[in-house]
Amino acid sequence: MTRAWVARRLLLGAAQSAAVLVLVFVLTEALPGDAAVALAGDSPDPGRIALIRAAMDLDRPPVERFLDRLDALLHGDLGRSLVTGRPVSGYLADGFGVTLLLAVLTLALLVPLSLWLGLTAARREGSGLDRVISSATLAVYAAPEFALGVLLSTVLALRLGWLPPTAVGGVAADPTVLVLPVLVLLARPVCSISRLVRAGMIEALARPYVAQARRYGVPEWRVVWLHALPNALAPAAQQLARTCDWLLSGVVVVEALFVLPGLGSVLLDAVAARDVPVVQGLALVFALLTVVLNLGADLVARRFAPRTELAR
Amino acid sequence: MNHPLARRTVLIAAALGAAAGCATTAEAPTSDRARPRSGGRLRAVFAGGGTNETLDPHLSNLFVDAARAKALYDKLADSGSDLAAVPRLAAGWEPNAGLDGWTVRLRPATFHDGRPVTAEDVLYSYRRITDPNRAFRAKASLEPIDLAASRAVDQGTVEFRLKRPYAEFPNALAAFGAYIVPAGTEDFSSPVGSGPFRFVSFKPGSSLLARRNPDYWDGAPHLDELEILVANEESARAGALLGGQADYAHELNPATARAHQGRGRVEVIRLRNSAMQGFVMKTDRAPFDDPRVRQAFFLIADRQELVDGALSGAGETGNDLFGKGAQYYPSELPQRTQDLAQARALLKQAGREGLTVTLDTSPVAAGFVEAAGIFKEQAARAGVTVEIAVGNKDTYWKDILDGGVFASYRSGALPLESHFSQRLLSRSTTNATHWRRPDFDELYLQAQSTRDQAARSALYQRMQRRLHDEGGFLIWGFADWIVATAPKVRGVATDAPANTLDWARFDRIWLA
Repeated sequence: MTRAWVARRLLLGAAQSAAVLVLVFVLTEALPGDAAVALAGDSPDPGRIALIRAAMDLDRPPVERFLDRLDALLHGDLGRSLVTGRPVSGYLADGFGVTLLLAVLTLALLVPLSLWLGLTAARREGSGLDRVISSATLAVYAAPEFALGVLLSTVLALRLGWLPPTAVGGVAADPTVLVLPVLVLLARPVCSISRLVRAGMIEALARPYVAQARRYGVPEWRVVWLHALPNALAPAAQQLARTCDWLLSGVVVVEALFVLPGLGSVLLDAVAARDVPVVQGLALVFALLTVVLNLGADLVARRFAPRTELAR
Repeated sequence: MNHPLARRTVLIAAALGAAAGCATTAEAPTSDRARPRSGGRLRAVFAGGGTNETLDPHLSNLFVDAARAKALYDKLADSGSDLAAVPRLAAGWEPNAGLDGWTVRLRPATFHDGRPVTAEDVLYSYRRITDPNRAFRAKASLEPIDLAASRAVDQGTVEFRLKRPYAEFPNALAAFGAYIVPAGTEDFSSPVGSGPFRFVSFKPGSSLLARRNPDYWDGAPHLDELEILVANEESARAGALLGGQADYAHELNPATARAHQGRGRVEVIRLRNSAMQGFVMKTDRAPFDDPRVRQAFFLIADRQELVDGALSGAGETGNDLFGKGAQYYPSELPQRTQDLAQARALLKQAGREGLTVTLDTSPVAAGFVEAAGIFKEQAARAGVTVEIAVGNKDTYWKDILDGGVFASYRSGALPLESHFSQRLLSRSTTNATHWRRPDFDELYLQAQSTRDQAARSALYQRMQRRLHDEGGFLIWGFADWIVATAPKVRGVATDAPANTLDWARFDRIWLA
């Protein structure tokens, strides 16, 4: 049963990834201008643009280029950058470490922090503490990363001098440069997930089986952690997977703001340069990650709350 | 993907150097050079080109590329602060009687691996740049050279044959990206140049580390090490400087400069006349094919309001002529001011009352969209309706080259002759005003065949008067380029427009 379901989901994921690939190609083709025009910049000498276009192989029909690209991809070759001729896999390798580090650090803090906040608020529903947590999470959730990043950097780094304002100079030289970016990345998901945990817990704690467990004299910690929490976690786990997707895009802003040379920066530069193979390579990686993460989240949700699956 | 990130600032204009027809000597920067101290590492932060960056100096495109190339390589000449060519690897140059042959003598200099810089290296570099199958930026500037007929007379002398007389030939030697690399070089992963710093390491889109070249022909740098870092966000560059992560930040906003100027935390340096700001009118398309409409638009502009609004006051007003502060600029021409009554009268004469014009603009450069908005208000007071069309910033320059009739424009500092040859002749490849006048072309050719500098200058004055009267460039201002440094940084030239010789000249900078 579960195996067939996983297989179905994997097939669907593969189809989704393929669709992303086609979509990205069509969309980058639809962007005004191509890599040659973008590279020529403010010196748009038509002869020069034609030469660049020929050198980049952009003078061939788009369908032909797409089929070539597809053929290479099926052979495991992500292709080469139009601008530098370096392999796309090299671009991915360069940026992946930084982005992965940011994502892992963020998730490692996100899960315990949002669980703790959500549980604390739920167990004291309606209390002053609950109200403080709820309104604070709502307020932070409303702040865009860009604004939050500038604000935190100005206050914590430039005014108080507690932290380095950017990651200029590199992560290896001074790991504390990661504190501000992780704080900014953490801010919104902590709010959304802790609010979901709180809502799920309040609902679960009001269920008859909790009352029944309490009547039987089951210790309160067991009621909370082993009976109520698993049922409250299903929506939060799915939100967590969505957060991972979000992290990939949130990372674009945060990397630019704090000068971290990760995948987000690579993507930003590649789109501006209309460097289609690099954009496609990144999109493919993002798509695969999204598919795998969502599959994982659904598996977790099934494990925690199998009943919800029966309804489908 | 829609967020307010300023991505990369494309360098405006291939900077060349204007010059007299004969040799001049390098001038020392006017900055404080009293008792420089040796040692230390300077960390300079620039906007960059991301992971696509390369150290091939001929591929230079952005300011950061120019700064890195300048640290590692040399050109035969470079533009001085008045945009006149200053000899660098060339010790001097001498034209023949017809101005179509130039003998360039090289100064004794060595590459970082100890080999001497020779005439063969010069010819190799120029042939690589002008390779018909490649698209290097300096190619157009070196086009007048007939490289097949040019030759190395001896190790230290190059004889250039030109396709036509070219009195300002030294401008070509100073062209943006026309660096001299050792003969045969195609691999720039570990670059060897003749510049003031030697390559140590490079991470594209992130940092370049270089070490002092003790044998530099122009005197060894004061710094032990130079690190050029990249941060595309202006707030990040300002933050890195204020937070002590960098000592030199290039390209800051006027608002940032105002917030920190005179507070002692950083030193703000304004490089005047660095970027011409204006609008281009297509002189071959209605309504701007009528000179009276162009003249009316000249009179609509309130230049001070544009400088104050679009540049936050960080700049000077323009007089519809290129190159304020540069050699050959006719500063004696009266400053044009707003005259709405006269503008209305001209439009009426032209039968263009109640005119509606679309103004193309884009957030491709700081202040563009703001200037368009301000001009729209000013035009309304003369009865002209300006409709603003905001275009895509990655393709903007190509879009406005032949599209539309009226567009925002800017340009970095460039010798007058280069501005003419690239943008104002019938054959110019980036002629955004579509100014094609055979008599104007003729004056240009005449100037390039004129050896006497005063006579040439007189010809340039005639050409500029013509443009001032009825050209297609409405030039309302010149923006300052803002650089800030930590207080301990000394020796930064304050009078060098961006891209000229003394700009980003890290071999002259020292740490107190």
